[in-house]
Amino acid sequence: MSVRMPVLLPVDLWALGAVIALSVGLMVMLLLEWAPVRPGSPRGAILSLLTLAAAAGSVLYVRDVARSLFGGMFVHDGFTVFFTILFCAVAALAVLLSWDYARRTRIGQSEYYMLLLSATLGMILMAASNDLITIFLGLELMSLALYVLVGIRRARLESNEAALKYFLLGAFASGFLLYGIALLYGATGSTNLTRMAEFLAASPLQNNPLLIVGGLLLLTGFAFKIAAVPFHMWTPDAYEGAPTSVTAFMSAGAKAAGFAALLRVVLHALGGVHANWAPMLSAIAMLTMTVGNVTALLQINLKRMLAYSSIAHAGYLLVAVVAGGHEGASAALFYLAVYSVMNLGAFGVLTLLGRGQEERVTLSDVAGLGFRHPLLGVTLTVFMLSLGGIPPTAGFMAKVYLFGVALKAGWIPLVIVGVLNSVVSVFYYLRVTVAMYMEEPALEPVGISWAAPGVIALMVCLALTLWWGVQAHALLALALRSVQGLM
Amino acid sequence: MSGVIPLSWSLALSATLFVIGVVGVLVRRNALVIFMSIELMLNAANLAFVAFGRSLQSLDGQIFVFFVMTVAAAEVAVGLAIIVNLFRLRETVFVDEVNLLKG
Repeated sequence: MSVRMPVLLPVDLWALGAVIALSVGLMVMLLLEWAPVRPGSPRGAILSLLTLAAAAGSVLYVRDVARSLFGGMFVHDGFTVFFTILFCAVAALAVLLSWDYARRTRIGQSEYYMLLLSATLGMILMAASNDLITIFLGLELMSLALYVLVGIRRARLESNEAALKYFLLGAFASGFLLYGIALLYGATGSTNLTRMAEFLAASPLQNNPLLIVGGLLLLTGFAFKIAAVPFHMWTPDAYEGAPTSVTAFMSAGAKAAGFAALLRVVLHALGGVHANWAPMLSAIAMLTMTVGNVTALLQINLKRMLAYSSIAHAGYLLVAVVAGGHEGASAALFYLAVYSVMNLGAFGVLTLLGRGQEERVTLSDVAGLGFRHPLLGVTLTVFMLSLGGIPPTAGFMAKVYLFGVALKAGWIPLVIVGVLNSVVSVFYYLRVTVAMYMEEPALEPVGISWAAPGVIALMVCLALTLWWGVQAHALLALALRSVQGLM
Repeated sequence: MSGVIPLSWSLALSATLFVIGVVGVLVRRNALVIFMSIELMLNAANLAFVAFGRSLQSLDGQIFVFFVMTVAAAEVAVGLAIIVNLFRLRETVFVDEVNLLKG
């Protein structure tokens, strides 16, 4: 590490704008607690939206430049821009969905939005890091905020239990990740991903035990964070116990952040030794898809079912990572954007169900919903079709492109397992639709808490899901352009 | 360099600490003890960083330890709050008695 004062140009400040805006925004929100507002005031939500808009705007302003800052620890390239915008959009949609949900479940104090912003900041750092240590710091910033958010309804037993399980397993995974980083540092002499790649290219030390064990521990840590089988046990519990708005945010954002860091590490730093890790990851991908989908078949709680579905989607995404290269990476980015939108939409519909503090998220709760609230029924149906990968929705396009890339790269068994799994998954996604249109509610019908911000967020998700289903070229071209600097 | 502890010894100690931590997480049922075991894993990584930093003659490893210590402190703050809240709600810190969510 050379000791040099970093010189920041104006363009660098714009590139760091997202990090600066979010840090300032969340500190301002904490300071504003000096002037308390009445409970249920939208001040926190409005401030978060302004902060997120500033963050996204600043990065968009310098979207075409490529910069490497702080001794190569923070890089600003197409990949960073893509994920920064994605995380800001996910957080903004989550804020809109939380607007009324947080108020009626009484979790909407300003620390709720402050934690949401700091989790977003952690995600952005993960995607922008080109150094294992900063990836670790971003990951911890995101995870620590999410542990608190999951348990924020602290008088509720389920919420507390979810936070405990998520925290213990998350911290356990961090231990693996960190030890893996330590061993890789010892083996290659650096934690910088570019220098690691150069080192591996110069001296192929395939049989160095430090490198192999370190790489395995690192992948284990990542597998925990993206909820890949066999490290997925925390996911259903954390997703079910967390407040629904938090589940929506973490299912989209945290997974995308985990994959952003994973893509940088395995395709950039370990890209040269692709043949060494690809077979192992492909086995994990097969297991993840199968276990996620088969277990989801048995669920009657929709949050739990969507949790297993998100595990299955992590499996599809791993297929793209295994395929590798520019096309595999762009398929992953494309899939992540689509997945975020449709998953936020599906969980978003659930945030509207129930009045006051009640939580009504089982299959029998949505029975007959399609007739009593036709628009909500159609919306949820579209998200379910998209998650199942049925045309003309975005989920279909994302799966076609992803499996097409994997097929071209020659991973035929992987694609066969993936397609079979998609077929299985259609069963449980359609079961929700069947319940909405063909069953009568057993208990009293669920009440809907209509709120303008939540409806706006749902309309945005719905529009994007349908638009990308018929016009995916722009997003696909963007994804391809974003990964150019990655390898 | 006589009188200097060889790298392999530090690494062996670090690996031992890490394995004790992992086994502790897997076999103990008290949330506080599990948490202590996780801290042990982080400190095993710290020891490895310091040892590698010394053998590679680079300061990076020594500096990372400060980051890790900060992260561990933040983790303690959040983790203990969650465990204290658990005890307030249920009067237990044993993870096998915390089993509302399953399936």
